[in-house]
Amino acid sequence: MTATGDKRGFPLPSSVKVIPGTEKAQAAYPYHIQFTPDDDKKFWFYNSMHFPEPMCAFDMVTAEAAYCALGAANTRVQCLPTTLGVDHRIINGRVYIGGNGVTDPAEIERRTVEFQKRAFYYYANWETLYDQWKQKMLTLIQDAQALPKPSLPEFEPLEHVHAGRGIASNHDLLVTYQKTLEGYFRMWHHHFEFLLLGYGAYLTFFGFCKKAFPEITDQTIARMVAGIEAEIFRPDDELRRLARHAVELNIDHHFQEGVKSDEVLESLRKAGGPAHRWLEELEKARDPWFNINVGDGFYHYHRGWNDDLSMPFAALPEYMRRSRAGESLDRQVGKLQAERAELIADYRELLATDEERAAYDQMIGLAHRVFPYVEGHKFYCEHWYTNLFFNKIREFGALLAESGFFAKEDDVFHLTHYELQAAIIDLMNAWSTGAPPRGPNYWPPIVAERKAAIAEWSKHRTPEALGPIPDVIDDPAIVMLWGITRETLDNWLSAGDDKNSNEVRGFAASMGVVEGTARIVKSVDEIGRLQPGDILVCPVTNPTWAPIFQKIKAAVSDIGGSMSHAAIVAREYGLPAVVGTGNATAKIKDGQRIRVDGGRGVVTLL
Amino acid sequence: MTSRHISVFADLTLEDRPAVGGKGGSLGELTRAGIDVPPGFVVRTESFEHFIQALEREAPVRARVEALAADDLDAIGVVSRELRARIEAAELPADLKAEILTARDALAPAGQSPIVAVRSSATTEDAVDASFAGLQDTYLWVMDPEDMLRKIRSCWASLYSVESVSYRRRQGFPEAQVAMAVVVQVMVDARTAGVMFTRSPTTGDRSVITIEGAWGLGSAVVGGEVTPDRWVVGKITGEIPVRDISDKAIRHSPAAGGGIEDVHVEDDKRREPCLSDEELQGLRTIARKVERHYGRPQDIEWAIDRHTNKILLLQSRPETVWSNKEAVPAATKAEDPLLHVMSIFGGRK
Repeated sequence: MTATGDKRGFPLPSSVKVIPGTEKAQAAYPYHIQFTPDDDKKFWFYNSMHFPEPMCAFDMVTAEAAYCALGAANTRVQCLPTTLGVDHRIINGRVYIGGNGVTDPAEIERRTVEFQKRAFYYYANWETLYDQWKQKMLTLIQDAQALPKPSLPEFEPLEHVHAGRGIASNHDLLVTYQKTLEGYFRMWHHHFEFLLLGYGAYLTFFGFCKKAFPEITDQTIARMVAGIEAEIFRPDDELRRLARHAVELNIDHHFQEGVKSDEVLESLRKAGGPAHRWLEELEKARDPWFNINVGDGFYHYHRGWNDDLSMPFAALPEYMRRSRAGESLDRQVGKLQAERAELIADYRELLATDEERAAYDQMIGLAHRVFPYVEGHKFYCEHWYTNLFFNKIREFGALLAESGFFAKEDDVFHLTHYELQAAIIDLMNAWSTGAPPRGPNYWPPIVAERKAAIAEWSKHRTPEALGPIPDVIDDPAIVMLWGITRETLDNWLSAGDDKNSNEVRGFAASMGVVEGTARIVKSVDEIGRLQPGDILVCPVTNPTWAPIFQKIKAAVSDIGGSMSHAAIVAREYGLPAVVGTGNATAKIKDGQRIRVDGGRGVVTLL
Repeated sequence: MTSRHISVFADLTLEDRPAVGGKGGSLGELTRAGIDVPPGFVVRTESFEHFIQALEREAPVRARVEALAADDLDAIGVVSRELRARIEAAELPADLKAEILTARDALAPAGQSPIVAVRSSATTEDAVDASFAGLQDTYLWVMDPEDMLRKIRSCWASLYSVESVSYRRRQGFPEAQVAMAVVVQVMVDARTAGVMFTRSPTTGDRSVITIEGAWGLGSAVVGGEVTPDRWVVGKITGEIPVRDISDKAIRHSPAAGGGIEDVHVEDDKRREPCLSDEELQGLRTIARKVERHYGRPQDIEWAIDRHTNKILLLQSRPETVWSNKEAVPAATKAEDPLLHVMSIFGGRK
C-alpha cells in the first residue's frame, strides 16, 4: 500500500495522545503492541468490527492470540501470495490493525507455488479436513471442560500423599492456568485453519457476480451462498422447540413478558409434574446449544446464554403465543433450500453464454463447499470455547477475590494475562510459605485505576484510521475479514461533512422499508424494554439476538457486515436490517421514529 | 376479425411483421402471450397498397418519385409537398373505409365510441429509413372516426417526406416496395405511465429492471417533457435498491376536443412517487414474462389505467444498445475449478 497525495488525511499514530490520567492503564498493555514513531509510516484502521469498545487488560489476549494464529495461517501455513499477517496496536483501549502485504512480483510468484500446493489441497479435501477439524475442536472443548476448578485446600488431601503424587495443589493452579491459556491460543489456530480459504472461495464467487451483474446487491449474493443447516441456527431452533413443548405441556402460563428468568425457573420448579419434564428438556438443550454468548466472543462480559438465561427467556413468550395461535415454529428448511436453488438457477439463466454458466457452476460449487465452515466455526470457537475460557478465568478471579486480591471475581479481567500469572504465583507462594499474599496490597488501586481508564476511554471517539492513505486496499485478508475498501476510507474521510444529515448509513443487510419506534438496546439486560413492533437499534447484532427478531419490525446495528450471521438471520425472518452503521446507537434517540430501508442501507430519522 | 386489409391484435404474431410492421407484430405477439394490452387492430400494408393504387388511377404517384434525382432537393421538395397533400386529402376507397370503421366500432361496447391512438408501424428494419418514415408518428386521444381516418392518412403521407424520399432515392430503393402499416389502439386514460428496460441502461446488468414513470400519459416521459421518477428493481429478487423520486411539474392529459395537453401537477403530487411498491412488483412480473417470451431484453412502454388501476403494455421492442455490444465474459470455465480463487488470492493483474 502506498500513500497518495490526498489532501484529506488520517492523523498519524504519533499524534494520537493517551488521554490524560490514563497513562498507567495504557502502559499495562504489552510493549510490542504500543505505538512507536516507526508506526507513522504505515496505514492502520480501528478494528471496530471485533473490538467496538475499549479493551480490558485481560481481554487483549483475544487480539494477541487471534493475530498470532491469523498471521501464521497466512504467512507460513497456507502461504497466501500477496499478504502476510496483520499487526496490531492499542491506544486508549482501542485496537488498531494494519496488514503486511507482499509486493515483490518474484516473491508473489514463489508464494503462489507454495499456496497452490497447500490451499488447493485443503479445497480438494475440504469435507474430510473439516470433519477432522470438528473432532479437534470437540476434543479441545472436552479438555477445557475437564480442567479442575482452581482451589487450594488447607492441607494436601491424604490420598495425594499416600499415592505418592509428589506435587502439591498449588502447582495445579499453574498447570490449570497455563493449560487454559494454551488452549485459547490453540483454539485460535484452529479458527484460522480454514477461514481465509473459506472467505476467499466465497469472494471469488462474489467477484464473479459483481462482474456479471454489476448492480446485484451484496445481500443477494450472500443469500445464494448462505448455508441453511449451520450450527449457528441451532440455538434459536432449540428455543422454538422448547416454546412449543411448553405449550404442549400446558405450562406456558409461567412465561410472561417482562418476568425475570430466575423467577420463571423458580415457579417451574415449584409447579413440578410437566414443568419438571420441561426443565429436563431445557437442560438437554443447554448443553451444548446455549453455549453462545450475547456478543461476538471478544469481551469477557459478553456472557453466554448458559450464564444468563435472560436473552433466551425473553424470546419464549412470543414463540409460545405463536405456537398457541397454531403457527408452526419449525424453520422451513425445505422451503429455504428450494428458494436458494431457485435464486441460483434464475441468475444462472441470465448469464450470456454457456461458458459463463460453466464458470458460475464451478464457483458456486466451491462456495457451497466451504461455507459450512465459514458459518459453523463461530459456534465452536467464538462461542462455546470462548465461554469456557472466560469462565475458567472468572474462577481464578473468584479464588483471588476470596484471597483479597480485589473485590469481585470480574476484577480479574483488569489484569493482563501475564500479570494474572504473577498474581496466581503470588497466591501459590503464599499458600506454600504460610505468609499472606502480597496481591491484596498491590492490585486494588491498580484495578481501580484501570476501571476508571476504561470508563474514560469509552467517552472519547477514536479516529477510524491512522497514517498515510493507501491508493488501494489490495490485501485480500483486510478486504475479506473487515470489508475495508478504498471506498470505506473515502466515507470515513468525508464523514465529517454531513454531520447534520438526518440519515444514518450502513450496509444493506436485508431488504424492506418500515417505519417505527427506535429502541436503543445496548446490552442484553435491556432487551425486556423491547415492545412488539419496535425497531431494534443496538451496538452489534449477532446470532444470539436472533430469537428476539421475531418480536421486532427491523434491526439496525453499529457493527456488522452484509454477510454477517445477523444479516443472514434477518433475511430469513424477512426483517429489514441495516448493519455496520458505525454510530446508530449514538445518533438515534430512544423512542424516536425512524425509517429503515434495508435494501439501500439507509436509516432516516423522522 | 382479420381481412386482407385489417387484422386485430389477437390474430397477429411477429411472423406477420412484413404486413403489419414491427409495432403491430409485437402488439399481436404480446396479446397472444396473455399480456394485458389495450385492444386494437392494424391497418395492414395491403390497405396502403389498395389506397395508393386508387390514387395512382387519378394521377401517378410512384413514377413521380422514381423520376427524381437523389441530389435534386428542390424537385424532391416540390414533389413531396404535392404527394403529401394528395394523400392527406384523398378519400379512402369505400370498402377500406367501411372495414376500418367497423373495426373501430368493435373496440368499444355497443353504442359507445372508442378513443384511440393512431401510430405508424414501420415494416423496414432499416433504422434510418424507419425514422424518416414516421416511426415517431403517434396521434393520441383521437375521438372522432373521421379524424382517425385522417391520422391514418397522415401516417402514410410521412412516407413521402423530403427526408424519406431523398433517402430512398440515394439508396435506389424501389418505390413499389414502399409500404406502411398503421396501428389503431384503444387509449388508456393513464394515471401513471412510462417505460421500462429489462436490464440496466447504464451497466447493461440483466439482473435488474429499470423503471421510469410520471403522472398522466406516457407521452410526457417518452417525449422527455418531464423528468420521470426512476427505480431500479431486482429482476429476480424484487429488491428496490434505487428510488429516485423527481419533481414532476407537468403531466400529459387528454384535451377536451381530443389530443393531448400539458397540465400542471398539483403541488402535493409533484414529489410524490407515481408508483406504489406493489405496482413496481406488478411491472417486474410483467417485464419478466415479456422478456422470457421473447428470449431477450426488452424496452417496454406501459400505463396504469386511472379507473381500474390495471397495468397495461403499450409496446415492447428488443433492447438494442447493450445487446449489440460485444460482451466480455465475467469468467470462463477453468480446467481446474480451484484456479478461480486466484482472482482473489493472486493479487492485482
